[in-house]
Amino acid sequence: MHNEHSDTHFQTRIDNGEHIEAKDYMPENYRKHLIRQMSQHAHSEVIGMQPEGNWITRAPSLRAKQILLAKIQDEGGHGLYLYSAAETLGVSRVEFIQQLQSGKAKYSSIFNYPALNWADVGAIGWLVDGAAIVNQVSLQRTSYGPYSRAMVRICKEESFHQRQGYEIMAKMMKGTKDQQAMAQDAMNRWWWPALMMFGPHDTDSPHSSDAVKWKIKRETNDELRQKFIDKTIPQAELIGLTVPDDKIKLDEKTGHYKIGPINWDEFYRVIAGNGPCNKQRLDHHIKFHEEGSWVRDAAVAYKQKHSTKELQTV
Amino acid sequence: MTKQEAIYKYALRLGDDALILGHRLSELCSRGPILEEDLALTNISLDLIGRTQALFIYAASIEGKGKTEDDLAYRRSENNYGNHLITEQPNGDFAHTIARQLFISSFEYLFYSELEKSKDETLSAIAKKTNKEIKYHMQHASDWTIRLGDGTNESHKRMQNAINDLWMFTGELFEMDEIDAQLLPEGISVDLIPLKTNWNNYIKTVLTEATLKVPEDGYMQTGSRKGIHTENLGHILSEMQYLQRAYPDAKW
Amino acid sequence: MSLDTQLDLWEVFIQSKSGLPYIHAGSVHASDNKMALQNARDIYTRRGEGTSIWVMPSKYIVASNPDDNDMLFDPSNDKVYRHPTFYVMPEGAKNI
Repeated sequence: MHNEHSDTHFQTRIDNGEHIEAKDYMPENYRKHLIRQMSQHAHSEVIGMQPEGNWITRAPSLRAKQILLAKIQDEGGHGLYLYSAAETLGVSRVEFIQQLQSGKAKYSSIFNYPALNWADVGAIGWLVDGAAIVNQVSLQRTSYGPYSRAMVRICKEESFHQRQGYEIMAKMMKGTKDQQAMAQDAMNRWWWPALMMFGPHDTDSPHSSDAVKWKIKRETNDELRQKFIDKTIPQAELIGLTVPDDKIKLDEKTGHYKIGPINWDEFYRVIAGNGPCNKQRLDHHIKFHEEGSWVRDAAVAYKQKHSTKELQTV
Repeated sequence: MTKQEAIYKYALRLGDDALILGHRLSELCSRGPILEEDLALTNISLDLIGRTQALFIYAASIEGKGKTEDDLAYRRSENNYGNHLITEQPNGDFAHTIARQLFISSFEYLFYSELEKSKDETLSAIAKKTNKEIKYHMQHASDWTIRLGDGTNESHKRMQNAINDLWMFTGELFEMDEIDAQLLPEGISVDLIPLKTNWNNYIKTVLTEATLKVPEDGYMQTGSRKGIHTENLGHILSEMQYLQRAYPDAKW
Repeated sequence: MSLDTQLDLWEVFIQSKSGLPYIHAGSVHASDNKMALQNARDIYTRRGEGTSIWVMPSKYIVASNPDDNDMLFDPSNDKVYRHPTFYVMPEGAKNI
């Protein structure tokens, strides 16, 4: 009889392409890695509602307002799917939120940048969601079942996000001089942070190797980043946007673009808490979480009083 | 006023109600008491903005000056807006948001059920579609009113305050002005007077189950249908219309 | 400060078309039946995915233990006679 509780058996299952479910044996570090990655992913979705949320009340048309609202709502929904998937590992949403608010858990640094003009909404959809989707498509095949299922659903729903962002950029580049300037300004500010979303180079990435071995992560940071670069640069050129990197060169032999050096100092500075909006984003989350606490308490109190009698439909 | 003008104004102000309330709810995105409720409020907001679009497209077509729904939303000043005062009241705490939702959605359910029978085919079609949505909004608001009213001491107090604070804006919902009166014999508009009893009964049922008191009818605020608003509307519009006003030549 | 609550965890099952099975869609948090149903509606049927919803508190789900997989599932692997292809039909037999 083989030992179902051994790391060797676990690795065999992974190597055979099996999915791991919540109750299956898993090495403690696999569980820890998943909890960290999934909760970080969930927090990113939820905090990610804020930069675009900054423009909901100023969206310039009824159509734009509906699209933006629906998109931000999706992000909330995706946070919710991911929290639920992470909860299968025995950590509650209450704990995840505490970890986020205490600063113990991270979220994607990209959301610590401000959304300053309407084209930022376009740039976030096109570049930030565009970068995220490259990562997420890959994560649909991740080895942990609940995570993989959540990602399948998320990818299906996100398919319009990047397109709506690119549509905004394209429209503005065809518009007035002011609109073109806004679009280029947004491009200049979001391009590099979007590239940093894939994380440090493979040689400097502390978590990558185990995650790849366990098939939590199916491709490396640099592989994913290159995919994003290759598909995005022609999209920028098509609508007349300049990529803010004078070192960009297409390598004819490989078909891949080469880019200039990424400013990793900035990356680590923002992760360390010194981005333009780190404090603002967390303060916002804490404020509305605390303001909602009496509502949640009331719902629980009502349920306890009426546990025998369920709410009647009026 | 010609019949066409009256229908234009009628559709326009119904659109204004939906636009301003939808805008208020959109302000709550990422501010809900729990993630699930955040998404629920966004859904309601999206229903309302969708309804605005339908009503404004119809209003613009009747006006016949080649305007778009966005011209109507983004290029009018506050004294040309006809939305009810209650729709522009601030979100306040969650109890205020829910009280506003309760009062408006239960009124709208009665209103749009009647408008479904309108002899104006477009208004009738819009009413049929929108009333399905409103039924859900009403259930959502009623359930929360009951939970908060009959929840903790704190939630009970907050819910009662919210009901009391917004009560003075409910009288206006049942006022008939010359546009309502002109379109009534044509079978186009809704007679608002008879709706009041049903509305009062519904509110009483919900508040009683929520262990809350129905406020006494005191002075009721009025003026919105004439373009006289609370100070809130100007701020909503200056934010909402910012890009359209700052870059009048741009298309978005 | 009182302990925070995020309400109870519920599992959501959606029927996409009448006649089809209810399939697990995911989870929601809610305090009571109605809230669970409404939250499920607001979160899992935003794109016309459903015609009917079931919700149930997650704590009532009973799951098989993966350690028992050999005992539970392997024995059915060799019962080939439960499948129609096991049987040899005379050549030319139709509609069977």
